[in-house]
Amino acid sequence: MYWNKEVECMPEEKLRELQLERLKQVVKRAYEKVPFYRKKFDEAGLKPEDIRTLEDIKYIPFTSKADMREAYPFGLFAAPLEEIVEVHTSSGTTGKPVVAGYTRKDIELWGELIARCLTMIGVTKHDIVQIAYGYGLFTGGLGFHYGAQKIGATVVPASAGNTRRQIELMRDFGTTVIACTPSYSLYLAEYAKEEVGIDPATLKLRVGSFGAEMWTEEMRKEIEKRLGLKAFNVYGLTEIIGPGVAHECEAQAGLHVWEDHFLIEIIDPETGETLPDGEEGELVITSLTRDGMPMLRFRTRDITRIIRKKCDCGRTMARIERIKGRTDDMIKVRGVMLFPYQIEQAILEVQGVEPHYQIVLTRPHYLDEIEVLVEMSKETFSDEVREIEELRKKLEKRIEAAVGIRVKVTLVEPKSLPRSEGKAKRIIDKRNLK
Amino acid sequence: MYEVKVISVFVQNQPGKLERITRVLAESGANILGFSITSVKDFGVIKFLVDKTEEAYKALKDAGFTVALNEALGIEMEDRPGGLHKVVKFISERGVNIENALVYVEESRHRAYFIFEVDDLEEAKNKLEK
Repeated sequence: MYWNKEVECMPEEKLRELQLERLKQVVKRAYEKVPFYRKKFDEAGLKPEDIRTLEDIKYIPFTSKADMREAYPFGLFAAPLEEIVEVHTSSGTTGKPVVAGYTRKDIELWGELIARCLTMIGVTKHDIVQIAYGYGLFTGGLGFHYGAQKIGATVVPASAGNTRRQIELMRDFGTTVIACTPSYSLYLAEYAKEEVGIDPATLKLRVGSFGAEMWTEEMRKEIEKRLGLKAFNVYGLTEIIGPGVAHECEAQAGLHVWEDHFLIEIIDPETGETLPDGEEGELVITSLTRDGMPMLRFRTRDITRIIRKKCDCGRTMARIERIKGRTDDMIKVRGVMLFPYQIEQAILEVQGVEPHYQIVLTRPHYLDEIEVLVEMSKETFSDEVREIEELRKKLEKRIEAAVGIRVKVTLVEPKSLPRSEGKAKRIIDKRNLK
Repeated sequence: MYEVKVISVFVQNQPGKLERITRVLAESGANILGFSITSVKDFGVIKFLVDKTEEAYKALKDAGFTVALNEALGIEMEDRPGGLHKVVKFISERGVNIENALVYVEESRHRAYFIFEVDDLEEAKNKLEK
């Protein structure tokens, strides 16, 4: 099912033409309206008219998260405040938050993008869509709200939290579609079963759109099994527009990027050089049509690769692979680089534990240590200390095989790790606390 | 020889963990007849023999503990020097391997029970009842 078939299945040459036309426009606008971009262009000795082909984008300087903080609060807006009708911010846990400004046109666009995403996974006006992303400054709640409403679905703006009520709403309203973080979806399943006494499989949930944090294929299987729905991956970020930049189609084989509005590149995060399609690296996005706050070559820090191969669904828009993690989440331990997703995969391959874990980094004797806390599964509890010890060792071996260094696994009691209503905190770094 | 049920609880090796378990048992009204603790560095398994097994098991489960119910055998023995030796000798002579065990003293200096788990309960029963 398509929301906008003409665009979503546009012939590739036409798509590239459209992108180039829009790239030239956005570069010109950014140069004229945003002093930050003008300064960067001038420093690089670049003029908007120098951009003649799509490849020329490589001459444009990157925009980083640090640039955005420097421009706090409204320094990157390309429209006067009287035209900005809404602002959102990132959580700002590591410094000043990033502010995004939207004109009325941007809000329209956002709704269109989410409408495409939801239609792609079969959501229609006959669905009841429960949005359990936080409403407010976070982009998740309102972004999905605009899109689901555009489709004409019945929107249940539950926002995040109040887990008991979420489940009662699902049961009483017959919710068919859920949108939230993947970690919260697992908490919902657990809570329904153990605290409310409802088997999640008896709910009417059909599909879910999950994002805003890293998750693996193994986690998808767990979520699908526990909630009895088909789980899809959504991608987006505050700096660009929020959720809806890319979404999986029915094939669950990569996320289609709405290339008529976003130009994507993959770069080597170390050197900044553009990598050929198919290679893994950092995703860089240029928003081609954002009115209130255009972004030129924003370094997302998200690690993925671009898939240009034609998809079975008929869309011509390129796909990106499931995000492997942010460059900032990369853990460097004893000279080895590893990503939390590698640990998540390894844990979920082993039977007898729950999909709840935490990675604790310490430096007890000048050397980094990784401890992985994993919850025991109640269902498969063996009363034999020996068997539990074997399970623990199996986890250690599996994780070591995945990341290449020894880790310590500690089995903890079910439900003893914190549950999140939004983005799960998987890594506890205690190395700098001394 | 008796067939009894033993409650096993998974517990992390941390201050206060055992106390939480004993509190739940106390509140469930079950009386602890015997118990054993086996631990490896970070975690352990605590086994309880109680008088109200079903109630205690349910209370622990409801309180969120990882808990299992296992069948075990009990043999009466005399609570005096050599009492345990006599029972263990009897069991080992019949080729039964003891996986886990705990002792329930019913009447001090008089009567106690040796409660033990085996790999194959039926097989062990056959061997011991001969």
